[in-house]
Amino acid sequence: MEATELALSSGKEAPTYRLLARRGARRWLGLLPFLGFALAFMILPCATILVGSFQDAEGHFTLANFAHLARPSIMSAYLVTIEVSAASALGGTLLGFLLAYAITLGRLPKELRSMLLTFCGVASNFAGVPLAFAFIATLGRMGMVTFVLKNVFGLNLYEMGFNLYSFWGLCLTYLYFQLPLMVLIITPALDGVRREWREASESLGASKYQYWRHVALPILMPSLLSSAILLFGNAFGAYATAYALTGGLLNLVPILIGAQIQGDVLHDPNLGYALALGMVVVMGLSILAYRTLQKRSSRWLA
Amino acid sequence: MKRQRRHALRQSGWAWLWMTLGSLYFLIPLLATFLFSLRGKKGVLGFTAYAKVFADPQFLQTFAFSFRMALLTIVVGLALILPTMIWVHLRATWAKPILETCSLIPFVIPPIVLVFGLIRMYGVLSFTLVSSPFLLVAGYVVLAFPYIYRAVDAGLRAIDLKGLTEAAQSLGAGWGTILFRVLLPNLRISLLSAVFLTFSIVIGELTLAVMLAWPAFGPYMALVGRDLAFEPAALAILSFLLTWGLIGLIQFASRSLAGQGSALGGTH
Repeated sequence: MEATELALSSGKEAPTYRLLARRGARRWLGLLPFLGFALAFMILPCATILVGSFQDAEGHFTLANFAHLARPSIMSAYLVTIEVSAASALGGTLLGFLLAYAITLGRLPKELRSMLLTFCGVASNFAGVPLAFAFIATLGRMGMVTFVLKNVFGLNLYEMGFNLYSFWGLCLTYLYFQLPLMVLIITPALDGVRREWREASESLGASKYQYWRHVALPILMPSLLSSAILLFGNAFGAYATAYALTGGLLNLVPILIGAQIQGDVLHDPNLGYALALGMVVVMGLSILAYRTLQKRSSRWLA
Repeated sequence: MKRQRRHALRQSGWAWLWMTLGSLYFLIPLLATFLFSLRGKKGVLGFTAYAKVFADPQFLQTFAFSFRMALLTIVVGLALILPTMIWVHLRATWAKPILETCSLIPFVIPPIVLVFGLIRMYGVLSFTLVSSPFLLVAGYVVLAFPYIYRAVDAGLRAIDLKGLTEAAQSLGAGWGTILFRVLLPNLRISLLSAVFLTFSIVIGELTLAVMLAWPAFGPYMALVGRDLAFEPAALAILSFLLTWGLIGLIQFASRSLAGQGSALGGTH
């Protein structure tokens, strides 16, 4: 989705308007309402978090909040959140790439392509509480698939160690919005892969493996990496799905922040600020890496 | 020739395999959820769970609340963003990077962090603001901002903004006439997609609503899920159909628009 945004952002300034814009304070006028809103509801809340994480309960400067992030329970929350996000992002990137490959270079009927893209548009927006419900009804203890596997195939998932309300269950559930998002982002990139490149490499005697290893994958790599990062961020900030699926039992950072808002579960009012700041830092780094990679990928794939 | 055909066949063989696996992963949960939702009454398959959902007055009340919030978010969001973007495209192109950066902020701040910041900031300043729906709507406008921004941006690029406004001005039109009778009709497709996207974000939103303690549709669904078995599955199917309808409307509306892919992602 950022691809379009990036492509759109490279508009050129018209020189006449730059001249007009130089005329004093008037140039800020039309921006004031929006900037006021952005300041009040985007920037100042962030600033509040930033300042709060450097203060103790009495408002004095301290670095103790960051030291407290090293508590085992908090470190493990960050670790689990990062692991869930990374696992679901990797799975989504890989499987989404294969699916997008199938509908672009795989010569499937055109109707299948538009059907899959439409479905992906819906599925990438189908998340949160209803998504958790769907997976509980499917793979929960009483779920249909659990039931069928047990009674028809004799496979008892829950005796085999599977649990929907745990790490892998959450990954599998996140995959339901990660995979379609990946298909939607990477399909344009795969559309940009020219048939001529393959023909050129084949006429030079390259095998299929060599073509992918030395031509197609290097060109697609920035797109793949940036998509993986976007998917990572997408899962890292997710609260509603995890909350509805695990009832807040799985120790994730968003769940922990939620619990901290509703009642100081950490018994340390200012630790919540540092916790939230940590999330912003991780997300900020992800978006930064994403934008950098996007710029690189637009060199080959318009 | 023969080798090439075999090659093509193998290629589409793999494509069919991935497509089949992907379809299974996508469709099995939907089918399973649907079947599960039909088991509301012991021993028979039927729409009992759906009937119970619709019979619950809370269902309608919370849905109506979220519906109103969605409308407010759309009105406030568009009133705030549309004139700003027209201004930036016409008079202040230097300010585009500012809007760009702002449109990234909601990705950097997850909803849970945003609501944490809002509560801590405005909780200190004034309790009335935290307990008024205005803060909820403001938060929703932040969540919807990147999507509205992108839809409107694509729309503004697709029209000759400068030409249209200058033509209207030379015919003696004021800014109100230009905005409502010239620009809005020309932007209607991208505005529609912004409207539906915002609606689909707000209608089932959980994080902000639950933290600011509003009786919205998202928290209601979560509550149903805690206590009941089959009704949540029915709600999941209904939500999926609603999402399908909204995204279908967006895709239908944006088919004639050059800027594609504005309907991606959401809040999870």
